[in-house]
Amino acid sequence: MISQDDVRHVARLARLRLEAADAERMTAELARILEHIDKIAELDLAAVAPTAHVLAAVDVLRPDKPRPSLSRDEALRNAPAVSDDCFRVPRMQS
Amino acid sequence: MSAWEPVIGLEVHVELDTQTKMFCGCAVTKGDPPNTHTCPVCLAHPGALPVVNERAVEYAVRIALALGCTVRPRSVFHRKNYFYPDLPKAYQISQYDEPLAVAGLFEYWVGEQKLSCRINRVHMEEDAAKLIHAGGDAGRIAGSEYSMVDFNRGGTPLIEIVGEPDIPSPEAAREFLQQLRNLVIGLGVSACNMEEGQIRWDANISVRPAGAERLGTRTELKNMNSFRFLQQALESELPRQIAVLEAGGAIGQVTLHFDPESGTTTPLRSKEEAHDYRYFPEPDLVPLTAGEAWVDEVRRALPEPPAARVERFMAQYGLSRYDAVVLGGGSAMARFYEELAAEGIDAKLAANWAMGEYSAHLNAAGLEPGHGHVTAQRLAALLRLVAGGELSGTGAKQVFALMVEERGEALDIVSRHDLGQVSDSAELETVVAAVLAEHPAQVEQFRAGKDQLAGFFVGQVMKATQGKANPQLVGELVRAALSG
Repeated sequence: MISQDDVRHVARLARLRLEAADAERMTAELARILEHIDKIAELDLAAVAPTAHVLAAVDVLRPDKPRPSLSRDEALRNAPAVSDDCFRVPRMQS
Repeated sequence: MSAWEPVIGLEVHVELDTQTKMFCGCAVTKGDPPNTHTCPVCLAHPGALPVVNERAVEYAVRIALALGCTVRPRSVFHRKNYFYPDLPKAYQISQYDEPLAVAGLFEYWVGEQKLSCRINRVHMEEDAAKLIHAGGDAGRIAGSEYSMVDFNRGGTPLIEIVGEPDIPSPEAAREFLQQLRNLVIGLGVSACNMEEGQIRWDANISVRPAGAERLGTRTELKNMNSFRFLQQALESELPRQIAVLEAGGAIGQVTLHFDPESGTTTPLRSKEEAHDYRYFPEPDLVPLTAGEAWVDEVRRALPEPPAARVERFMAQYGLSRYDAVVLGGGSAMARFYEELAAEGIDAKLAANWAMGEYSAHLNAAGLEPGHGHVTAQRLAALLRLVAGGELSGTGAKQVFALMVEERGEALDIVSRHDLGQVSDSAELETVVAAVLAEHPAQVEQFRAGKDQLAGFFVGQVMKATQGKANPQLVGELVRAALSG
């Protein structure tokens, strides 16, 4: 059973601000989702390999050949702030 | 003697020298203007899809095989989730519980002692972008006002080599890394340039009562790229842990930052939930299968490993272990030495010169072995003159220095600068006679039994010939003249 602490923990990891009411509501919603997933546990899956992918493909590779990159201006077009041709970000330690 | 024994483990990251990044076709470069090698994949634009670089896989397999690892028939990429500005996707594509290769063994030498370290795994991932901290103390994160991100490096293929805690001393840790670096360079997969951070490592260290089985609590030293600092940091952390334990305290599991200026380690601020990476399989990539035939093909093409080359140098050239390690440890110097030997130069003479004058010249000029004007063939021409008695050791060093300075050939320099060793008896006899004539008192003393004066006369002759006389021949001639 998922706890409100679990929800707050995951929210913190995802850098989401949760108000108390949100945390309560989301705990209930997530619990229902997990319940649904728990349904799978009712099946006998001993003979089924863990599956992370719906595709059967393997080894999709590309040759080590350079392709044109974006121009610097194009690359920086989405940057919220630019300094010295770099993406500028706020300070990382308070 | 010591009641405590250190236990050290290393995790080493190596950037591969591929043409392009791990998951996109942007060129891997060094020193280009910032943000000139990016694309929607390595900038994490929504919807952009990664595709694995074939050569990066081959290089990773080379490393894995050279470390004696088993390449797993199936490996999977995972997302390692965390927020940091150098990681635009907010996850790093890495490998988790289905890595490329596992269970290897790396053998290395500390002096005369052969040690081995188990390799837990070798896996593939992508490097982060480069951060430049601005404001405050230039370049430091503490006190900086903002940071700038250059995504050129972001997405560079990165190999992680995870060693088991099998390393018994700070010195051994340093040897492990230096010899591992030589191995990787020899594989032709990375230049492992230290200054550019192409090889970096995390060290973990704990102490336990000597002979105990159970490991103590470890501390981690993060992201180092200097052999000297590693050894220093480990050497300063050991007594700290021992002091804590002997005072009845407990070691906290912390991450330490080493300060080379003060020579001490200080804990990094613990990042809350830093280790909750929530790995899950990367849905944008399919599994890799390493076919046995292909792995065998890569294995067959591997160059001779440095450890085997050291053994061969000892057997084939009669070198001491020390000389064999210095000359055979790295592929570039090994190639240079073997070229010298192939020119027919005596193995010991070639070894002395390769390790002596030649290495000093490389250091001074900042060159890799085999680069620069003095090729093995040019040095061999010089050493043939030494072996033939046409040049003294001192004379040869002068000629060598001039070869570097003038970018010239040994023979030509010897004749132009008149540096040849005089081994002509008739010519030297004249000089000996003149020296004896100038020092009648000493001649008398010698004849009266003061034998050690022979050295004095040899010295005078050497002086008169500006050091060019063959000293052995002069000795013989002086004795002959004095007894005559």
